[in-house]
Amino acid sequence: MTTPSILKGRAWVWPDDVNTDIIIPFRFKARTNDPVEMAKYAMYGFDPEFYKKVKAGDLFVGGKNFGGGSSREQAPVAIKYSNVAAVIAESFARIFYRNCFAIGLPALEVPGITKGVKQFDEIEVDLQDWSVRTPDGSVHRALKVPEFLRGLMREGGLVEYYKRHHNFPWETLETKAAAR
Amino acid sequence: MRQDILTDDSLTFAEKIISVRADGGERAQHPGDITVIPADLAMAQDSTGPLAIKVFGEMGIPKVWDASKIHLVIDHSFPAPDEKVANLHHLIRVFVKKHGVRLVEGSISHQHLLENHVVPGMVLLGADSHTCQGGAVGAFATGIGSSEMAAVWASGKLWVKVPESIKVNLTGQFKKGVFARDIVSHFIATVGEDGGNYRSIEWKGPGVKDLSIASRACISNNSMECGCKLSIFEVDPSTQEYFRSVNRKPMYEIHAGVKASYKDEYDIDVGRLGPEVAEPGNVDKVRGVEEVEGTPIDEAFIGSSTNGRYEDLAVTAKILKGHKVRSGTRCVITPASKGVFEQAIKNGLAEIFLQSGAVFTNATCGACVGTHLGVLGENEVCISSSPRNYIGRMGAITSKIYLSSPATAAASAIEGKIADPRRYL
Repeated sequence: MTTPSILKGRAWVWPDDVNTDIIIPFRFKARTNDPVEMAKYAMYGFDPEFYKKVKAGDLFVGGKNFGGGSSREQAPVAIKYSNVAAVIAESFARIFYRNCFAIGLPALEVPGITKGVKQFDEIEVDLQDWSVRTPDGSVHRALKVPEFLRGLMREGGLVEYYKRHHNFPWETLETKAAAR
Repeated sequence: MRQDILTDDSLTFAEKIISVRADGGERAQHPGDITVIPADLAMAQDSTGPLAIKVFGEMGIPKVWDASKIHLVIDHSFPAPDEKVANLHHLIRVFVKKHGVRLVEGSISHQHLLENHVVPGMVLLGADSHTCQGGAVGAFATGIGSSEMAAVWASGKLWVKVPESIKVNLTGQFKKGVFARDIVSHFIATVGEDGGNYRSIEWKGPGVKDLSIASRACISNNSMECGCKLSIFEVDPSTQEYFRSVNRKPMYEIHAGVKASYKDEYDIDVGRLGPEVAEPGNVDKVRGVEEVEGTPIDEAFIGSSTNGRYEDLAVTAKILKGHKVRSGTRCVITPASKGVFEQAIKNGLAEIFLQSGAVFTNATCGACVGTHLGVLGENEVCISSSPRNYIGRMGAITSKIYLSSPATAAASAIEGKIADPRRYL
């Protein structure tokens, strides 16, 4: 399944330093391997009933250092299986960011984005253009990402990519580097 | 070619090790360059491994790339506290049997790997953020997620971006009651929770020689709390002595060039530090112990991969000896590995813990991740030597966690409130 290139939805605006313990506590994520079950504990640290309030197609707008702390991939998985279409943030913590691409959850780093978006504003993400349109009509470009990662995200993450290509996207990158 | 890289004056540790180890590495010497490196060791634990196993299955890959290099460690919730955890542990054991990979049970992965497998110059990829502990002995060691771990199991390789580097110059000598944990807490407070994000930290200066391998491991491990990719102590005589004593041979001894360029440089005079305590919620909200002294606690936890080594338990015993844990306060002591546990029993530490009224558990991550052996209830307050004080980390989302060295946590256990360890040393 490939991701559509325009995503419109309402924004959940989060503060700086939202860590993966907040996104899904250990004691829940360590007790299931089912992504649908993980989604029941999404954002539990802030609101244990978040899963009842989130709607399909919603978007996340985080502050700086979104997804810090534990490497738990269950954090972006819980967000993805809450049917949140994309995560935008001022900046991302390293492992969380890699995990988003690995599971095919669009993650756009847009410095300054929290200034232009209020809770539940309707915003638009353009995955082709790699940008975000805020309610005042302005378009914010996300920081550039290597093409092999955007391709990985578009194809839905590592499982889907591998099933289609029988290799990993960086394996072709390696060949290119060697040919240069 | 590789020798040229090792002796290049202009490269940081990260630039050198990635260039030396990468295929086509000589083209990946600058921050932002992306290349592919082979893993010498790939580790997943019992809360990241099951998801990696699931992903590996979904990819439809029949065989792992090299069974001898793959370690699955059951450490976070060991032994299984309930049926749901037990079922995921079972999934791991079935995978281990099918693929012939290594299984470790009942030691925290990072400490187990340090005691048995990590060597300087190695590429260690772990599905656990604190994998960066391996930098304490000059390894390229970093954390990744479960899907990327499945890809490493399949191919033995992963993409990496060459990080910018930060240099920290350590000078001065520890005062009484001050430990490696206080250095790293102070550093995190200085740079902030994301101050090391995407970066490689190099710990340098005359202060390094006074740090034991265990203390370096504490610092490299806890450096994760500012988001770093690597946290490096280069090989020095202490490292060489350590590897002689455990009879393991380094792969490469890599030293940053004297003309290497750093994004930022910091100086820390260890002699000016006191016992440091991080207040609940964020790891960078660090205060001197004087400022939070007297805060009532329900639990003191001494353990975790950050501070559950023998030297941590030894100072805990020194403080607890002849004292009782305050009535109404729990003190939970959890070693980082079976080896540390055995040594603590052999040398009489366990007896001191039990006489003080503390609970001395098997080696596991346990209370640090709120999974068993010291979970916090609603509104409870804990002082902990573990790495994180985030909302709900150790239990109820209304509970509160202060972070400190084992010494400060032990002194607090005696008083039932946050206490200055210097009174007991």
